[in-house]
Amino acid sequence: MELLCPAGSMPALKAAIEHGADAVYIGLKDDTNARHFAGLNFDEARLKDAACFVHQHGKKLHVAINTFAHPNNYQRWQYAVDMAANAGADVLILADIAVLAYAAQRYPKLERHLSVQASATNAAAINFYRQFDISRVVLPRVLSMQQVRALAKSCDIDLEVFAFGSLCIMAEGRCYLSSYMTGQSPNTAGACSPAAFVNWQDNNGTLESRLNGILIDRFAPNETAGYPTLCKGRFNVGNDTYHALEEPTSLNTLDLLPQLYAEGIKSLKIEGRQRSPAYVAQITKVWRAAIDAVLSAPDHFCVKPQWQQVLAALSEGSQTTLGAYHRKWK
Amino acid sequence: MQFSLGPVLYFWPKAQILQFYREVAASDIDIVYLGETVCSKRRELKFEDYFALAQMLRDAGKQVCLSSMTLYEAPGELRELRKYVDNGEFLIEANDVGAISMLQDQGLPFVAGAAINCYNQHALRRLVSMGLTRWVVPVELSGQWLCDVLSQSIISDIRDCFSTEVFALGHLPLAWSGRCFTARSENRSKDQCELCCIKYPKGREVTSQDGSQVFVLNGIQTQSGYRYNLVNQLSAMQGLVDIVRLSPQQTGTFDWLAKFKANVDGKAPQQLGNSDSNGYWLNLAGMATG
Repeated sequence: MELLCPAGSMPALKAAIEHGADAVYIGLKDDTNARHFAGLNFDEARLKDAACFVHQHGKKLHVAINTFAHPNNYQRWQYAVDMAANAGADVLILADIAVLAYAAQRYPKLERHLSVQASATNAAAINFYRQFDISRVVLPRVLSMQQVRALAKSCDIDLEVFAFGSLCIMAEGRCYLSSYMTGQSPNTAGACSPAAFVNWQDNNGTLESRLNGILIDRFAPNETAGYPTLCKGRFNVGNDTYHALEEPTSLNTLDLLPQLYAEGIKSLKIEGRQRSPAYVAQITKVWRAAIDAVLSAPDHFCVKPQWQQVLAALSEGSQTTLGAYHRKWK
Repeated sequence: MQFSLGPVLYFWPKAQILQFYREVAASDIDIVYLGETVCSKRRELKFEDYFALAQMLRDAGKQVCLSSMTLYEAPGELRELRKYVDNGEFLIEANDVGAISMLQDQGLPFVAGAAINCYNQHALRRLVSMGLTRWVVPVELSGQWLCDVLSQSIISDIRDCFSTEVFALGHLPLAWSGRCFTARSENRSKDQCELCCIKYPKGREVTSQDGSQVFVLNGIQTQSGYRYNLVNQLSAMQGLVDIVRLSPQQTGTFDWLAKFKANVDGKAPQQLGNSDSNGYWLNLAGMATG
């Protein structure tokens, strides 16, 4: 069972490797990946450095090229694939069938993983993507543990699941809420609720967060104000004002680790390429210890309180959830 | 330019659906999509009922297409999908690539619905080689984006193999989740939803704390708060869009069909309401009006 950690910079990548990641995933400095944020990600030279560093430590480098190619700039996605292949990436994480086809044809020996952005939630969808000779599927965060189990039993392909980090509550790759509000979506621009559209305003002690002018939330002086991700705001439905779609909370599957291991899940992915090196270091350390514990004695695994404390402190709103894995979430 | 009626996105009682399709049969709509695309627990109509409706509409002179679901999570849902794929008579609209996989295995043509991620000419060409005969453009793409895809040379030799369709009236389907937001709005879990969507034939409106229409909750689907309305864009669609889709409304669907038909050449423009938007088509935020 692999621990796959995020890195948005060289220091974060080093932190992940030094604290026990088996593999690190990164993106390039453009809109070919779903974390296209200012100041983040790797240019060609840094990409080579990253591959070198990771390989020196005997670990693997995954490169996410997981947005959907634009009609007039298709070459940018092809070039991203070429650049990753030439830099020595071990794995490409892809979503667009055009890019999958290109990579499969041009670099047949370079491993291809199906990005969560491809939104494969069932056995028939996984079957569809086999034509691109993928070796692994990253499952969307909308499935219950029972559904993950059913897929693990019925599909003869490696599965990767999200273990910790920000929680997308919609089937990834098929959520257009962000472009509805801002014109930019994960699929087209590699960003959800982009920072350029965020506005904060203090009204006599009440803090208001807006996204492209739409009021996402209001925070009383005693409340912690979270980033206005549009699906995590407080809205009115009927006579109630509440988090109509989802609370600001992070996914945390530590409790499920023995079950995920028992189902043969190949990789646990930590979300957070936009996070700091210190965050990556702490999360990686906890998950390394937890995975080592489950590997050495799967039947006697128990979650250590100090792991949960570290993770809770690093979570959105200091809250964690099992998300869709847990049926009651629904 | 032809006009289509999309599948009913909301959970209506059986009697209401049957009445609606009697009106559809008598209308001058060209193409009708039928089926439950949102939630497998909505079973007012079963496969056999939709199949009978499809035959009735075909006899009334409509081109009929059966729409399949968007988010498949359970093996039982795929068994239901199999029935649609094996129906033997009607074209299928695939809204998940799982459906395309099954249709391709049978050598059957298909419509790629708006939730199939086809964003460029290479993806489109590949889907055509798998059997795509009609492409419903992803809702977030603009007229310019569509034009850019269709004007690529790699498409020119297959341009006659498929038609294009654009969602042009109704609340836009924007997201699908493992969670049921309508059940959540009633403090119920998804497992104990008691099919409460049936109480909301237009979905449940979500507004911001200062009163803007933000979203509409429709079970596991989240829709746009504003109604998307491209009635004034039809003349600009000439040569790009073959089929214009109207999403069934609780009331007024056929009045809008008449307004759209009257404005195909731009000769009878309509005043958009405060709750209408057309941003996506104009390369703006979806909620914007240009």
